[in-house]
Amino acid sequence: MNGDAAEKIIEIVGLTRRFGAKRALRDVSLTVPRGSVFGLVGPNGSGKTTLIKHVLGLLRAQTGSVRVFGRDPVRDPAGVLVRVGCLTEENDLPGWMRVDELIRYMRAFYPAWSDAYAEELRQAFALDPAAKVRTLSKGQRARAGLLVALAYRPDLLVLDEPSSGLDPLVRRDILAAIIRTITEDGRTVLFSSHLLEEVERVADHVAMIHQGRIVFDAPLDEIRATHRRLTLQFAEARPRPPELAGALAWEGAGREWTAVCAGQSGGLRAAAEAVGGRIVEEQDLRLDEIFLARAGAVPVASTKE
Amino acid sequence: MHIHLSPNDGVPIYLQIVQQVKYLVASGRLTPNDELPPIRALAERLLVNPNTVGRAYRELEAAGVVVTRRGGGTHVSDAASPLARGERLDVLTKRIDALLAESRQMNFSIDEVLDLIRRRDRAMGSRPGKE
Repeated sequence: MNGDAAEKIIEIVGLTRRFGAKRALRDVSLTVPRGSVFGLVGPNGSGKTTLIKHVLGLLRAQTGSVRVFGRDPVRDPAGVLVRVGCLTEENDLPGWMRVDELIRYMRAFYPAWSDAYAEELRQAFALDPAAKVRTLSKGQRARAGLLVALAYRPDLLVLDEPSSGLDPLVRRDILAAIIRTITEDGRTVLFSSHLLEEVERVADHVAMIHQGRIVFDAPLDEIRATHRRLTLQFAEARPRPPELAGALAWEGAGREWTAVCAGQSGGLRAAAEAVGGRIVEEQDLRLDEIFLARAGAVPVASTKE
Repeated sequence: MHIHLSPNDGVPIYLQIVQQVKYLVASGRLTPNDELPPIRALAERLLVNPNTVGRAYRELEAAGVVVTRRGGGTHVSDAASPLARGERLDVLTKRIDALLAESRQMNFSIDEVLDLIRRRDRAMGSRPGKE
């Protein structure tokens, strides 16, 4: 029971998933430790939602294994889902129910449901109990989904593109829910998002998935520390960028070339010197810049020449 | 304590918090013994991971700007920190740079600017405090 820091809330090992001929996930392994906010990023169609569906037990692992709280979410859905709160982009709440009916319906599934907390959220979100779910705005429907995902204080909150298409006020409520979930001890959040500035704000661990593979998976601080933008100056103008180990994307012309690089600063300096360049500028990168360089780097390597 | 995070300038969030608390101390809007919000409270207000706020507070403590008291609470340190003058100079230098850029653009000589500063200083009346 001890060793909380190392407790694995989600453990995925060697997960591969095919839909017909298409491989949606390729040998994906990742671990979400207790108490973390784990951000999952990647372009559309990269496999984020497929991965999350495995965590929720909606898809069975074809190869590899998925464990949530140490259990198999497909074989033991009741044991897993009773401790998981989830909000997905589709957010398929029964439209014919009124808000109060939805709340009464959902509370029946969760022994840990708190009426007081549900009511607090309902008031904070200004949800009219008599309104039909179908008639709610997209934002209010997301808030209703958030309410029923939070009211039993789940040990794991799973959000799949929760902010997508929502206004800043609703996105604020979602971020606040994430922060409140982890400030209450021992709870964990897995969320996928396109809004990298939101990921950068709240996540402490980020995995990027691209074409079904994990491109990186590390604490956010480490990701930022190992990616930087370097501008190199060369004695002579050159028609194309140099071959630099760790360079993900190049931009430039003539004597000055700028690269987004992965690697430790010292190693990059040595690599730059080895190709005859002098580093004239070095900058930290935002997560979205790292994302773009990484997303661009994979196909370019395989399609050029 | 007002902190504003800008997501677009590439400065890590913990560092933005560190810099802004230093600025608030340097500019006198936070004074010795003022209590900083608890980590959780600030995290919920800024909508950032509490670890990020924790890291910022640790950096501020290492820099001598704040102290963590027994029994909890993070306070602005009351010993005039060795960094305080340097930080104050930083704040002032940025303002002066902006002033100089503007005065050059409007074709004022440095002597005219200095003269104007002295006149404005006199117009504000006697200086409070030491020195």
